[in-house]
Amino acid sequence: MIETVEKHFRDLSPAVDFCSLRLVSRQDEVIEVRQDILQPVTFDDDVGAMITVVDAGGLGYAATSDLTASGLRHALERATRWARQTAATAVVDHGKVGHPAPVGDYSCAVERPWSATPLVERIDLARTECGRLRTDDRIVDWSASLWWIAEQQLYLTADGGRTMQRFEYLIPGLSVTANEGSETINRRFGGFDLGRQGGLEILDDVHFFDQAPAIADEVLQLLVAPNCPTGTMDLLLDPDQMYLQIHESIGHPLELDRILGDERNYAGTSFVTLDMIGSYRYGSDLLNITFDPTVADEFATYRWDDDGVVADKQYIIRDGILERGLGGITSQMRAHLPGVSNSRACSWNRPPIDRMANLNLEPGAASREDMIGAVEHGIYMKRNLSWSIDDSRNKFQFGCEYGRMIRDGELAEVVKKPNYKGISGTFWRSLKGVGNADLFEVLGTPFCGKGEPNQVIRVGHATPPALFGDVAVFGGE
Amino acid sequence: MKNDFHRLADDLTARVSGDEVLLLNFAGETTDFIRFNQSRVRQPGHVQQRYLAIQLVDGQGQRQATTQVTLTGDLDEDTRRTVKVVDDLRQRLPQLPKDPHIFYATEPTSSQQEAASHLPATSQVVDEVLAAGAGRDLVGLLAQGGMYRGFANSFGQRNWSTTHSFNLDWSFYLREDKAVKCGYAGVEWDGDDFRSRVDTAVEQLALLDRDPKTIPAGRYRVYLAPVALADYVGMLNRGGFGLKAHRTRQSSLLRMATDGVCLHDAVTLMDNTRDGVAPNFQADGFLKPDSVTLIDAGAHADCLVTPRSAREYGVDTNGASAGEGAASLDLAAGDLDAADVLTRLDTGVLINNVHYLNYSDRPACRITGMTRFACFWVEAGQIVAPINVMRFDETLYRVLGDNLMGLTREREMILDSGTYGGRGSVSSCFPGALVEDFNFNL
Repeated sequence: MIETVEKHFRDLSPAVDFCSLRLVSRQDEVIEVRQDILQPVTFDDDVGAMITVVDAGGLGYAATSDLTASGLRHALERATRWARQTAATAVVDHGKVGHPAPVGDYSCAVERPWSATPLVERIDLARTECGRLRTDDRIVDWSASLWWIAEQQLYLTADGGRTMQRFEYLIPGLSVTANEGSETINRRFGGFDLGRQGGLEILDDVHFFDQAPAIADEVLQLLVAPNCPTGTMDLLLDPDQMYLQIHESIGHPLELDRILGDERNYAGTSFVTLDMIGSYRYGSDLLNITFDPTVADEFATYRWDDDGVVADKQYIIRDGILERGLGGITSQMRAHLPGVSNSRACSWNRPPIDRMANLNLEPGAASREDMIGAVEHGIYMKRNLSWSIDDSRNKFQFGCEYGRMIRDGELAEVVKKPNYKGISGTFWRSLKGVGNADLFEVLGTPFCGKGEPNQVIRVGHATPPALFGDVAVFGGE
Repeated sequence: MKNDFHRLADDLTARVSGDEVLLLNFAGETTDFIRFNQSRVRQPGHVQQRYLAIQLVDGQGQRQATTQVTLTGDLDEDTRRTVKVVDDLRQRLPQLPKDPHIFYATEPTSSQQEAASHLPATSQVVDEVLAAGAGRDLVGLLAQGGMYRGFANSFGQRNWSTTHSFNLDWSFYLREDKAVKCGYAGVEWDGDDFRSRVDTAVEQLALLDRDPKTIPAGRYRVYLAPVALADYVGMLNRGGFGLKAHRTRQSSLLRMATDGVCLHDAVTLMDNTRDGVAPNFQADGFLKPDSVTLIDAGAHADCLVTPRSAREYGVDTNGASAGEGAASLDLAAGDLDAADVLTRLDTGVLINNVHYLNYSDRPACRITGMTRFACFWVEAGQIVAPINVMRFDETLYRVLGDNLMGLTREREMILDSGTYGGRGSVSSCFPGALVEDFNFNL
């Protein structure tokens, strides 16, 4: 199919300033065992292409699942028509965006390929872990899941560019629910925060087989635990909450397309303005954030973005100072600022926009014991449960599944329904401890939503735990 | 597309062996997406997509294998490909364990909903949108075109739905985060109707030009306009209404079902398929009833039940789709005249839109979120100033319970502009709500 589509595209010989084709072929398999019963196994096979045309300063796209010669020709005609019709009213002169013509191949590393393991054994992996979750009659629902994705992406430009990228992803998950009276508590592992690139070796890497008894024990602890108290205190966040904190209050506000206003009708704007880039103190000196699409097993690692730009590591925030925004070549030209290679589309039927890709908190020097020992009155929270932030990415409120008080440098009682709230800038400037490289965890979510038309895409976040001072903390009703 | 789907379905269902059962679900669309920013065109394009979900059940009705594939639109090519896909599913079946919860419709109940297109050329609509944005800062998305849904099974059932619609979802920005959110959706574009909506938005934009007020955290009387109330109550679609959520004690309405907690007796909530825009059939071939009453005069009523949940818990299905959410949520009107809302509000906050909602305590049905767009401080029944955004954290049991002062007599039909994966067919019909002691916490 790839050769045929490439030949059809080359045969089109479009008479336009720039033309590209992005072919995406993706297979998904989801295996879920719930209450020890295999749920319907879904296997999806999606393939289609988007043709993008720049002509006379306008840009147009057309996406189709018809990959025949005539299907692609019709797509080219539609894309060309939209480019020309809107050239005079386009928000930017697309003819001035320098679209590269990259050449090369990239494949992510896979040690134990999903497809090399028989279906029966894949099901058994989930079934075995599901069977270890119900340790008590108060556990009323439980499940284990494995979500595998394989994706091939061919990018062609009419001026000779050709890249092929191949990825495999795995998202393992466990969930357990306990109930007593009208109180119900969930504990989960993975599912939406633990996606990585690779094969079944990921299960060992993330200690998947150790998690079922741990979360089953914790959900029962939480069921009888007191409510999280209200107060201002130190807050120690584990990586499975830190990833969300980074994502919502650093990643999104630094996307250049938000700052440039594209997202104002949907995802929102940003409290960050273009003039802040280069000088704004985003966090304490301990805050070092990188855009890094080169981490081998991280969720959004790639060699080229969807505009064909080579992906490389860049510091976004260094020693607390904002150095650059997250924007691809079009946003960079509009903003007259450097950016990163993060122009990405969720599939063949959506156009590329500025996304986070991998956005990481670089490790610090603290051990876990250092950070707990530094807290006189505080709380430790792990695993995100609830998230909400305003349209400028400023006022946030997040909740976690599991909390534990810290008193006089020691972990104390477990508390349920821990929530905290704050203002993005204030919060990051209260950062007073960052875990060391031994505590650095590679996480990622497949569910970052944004864009008009809407797109949900994979993003990676690698981070150690971190300690914040004077945070407003509270519990449930 | 309908004819191609039916011919493909006839071909595939003719190939089932013995007592095998084949279920087919088709979803297609041809859509122009035009994105705007600063009253100019940001990204214009077109998407043509066709997906076919195939479910093969073995002769004993104990195992099922499912897949979803992309169709090209070339019937011969699609037939060749999907015949092989069905064969692959057949090979998979013996590898799967028995599934005790398989349940699908066996009595054919075919249906057809087809509407002709009355849409103007997209370029014409774009011109009108750009004209409306002239001298202003307009940002948003126009999605326009045909949407196609089909179901077929090997019992001979055939269901089809064709709609041609537009959905213009836009905002006028004044500065920073001060903006008026607007929507215009339907099947026939009416330039006068559109310009009337623009004029109304421009009037609100003038109010936003006043110095904004920052209100301290605390409890306030508020008016939740229909769109804001629909978003807030719509959170119940995330695990509130489904039978599975109730039986696994995870429903955010659990206290209504188990503890007898009631809402205000003015609250009657339905999944009103009859008056919505979603197809009336679901993926296993069951037809949805005209309506399912979820909350009746403040008391918990029915759950939404998928065929799978029906089999698991030994009850009847009411044709719910996967996820057991309502596609056509409908809150009954109250007796509060919309013209009296500001007078009744007296002093408080007028909330036109909310943003980024989530449960902060699901068993208590406590929902947090932000005000957004044009929200105003009101004193003595008069709009005084726009407010700077505020976070709320408040339980539905208070908002639609003891603290509910009234629902408006007038309701608004809201067509969802969501386009994740494809254009949605969710709608809701809501009044506005006047609420006492609404909690703003940041």
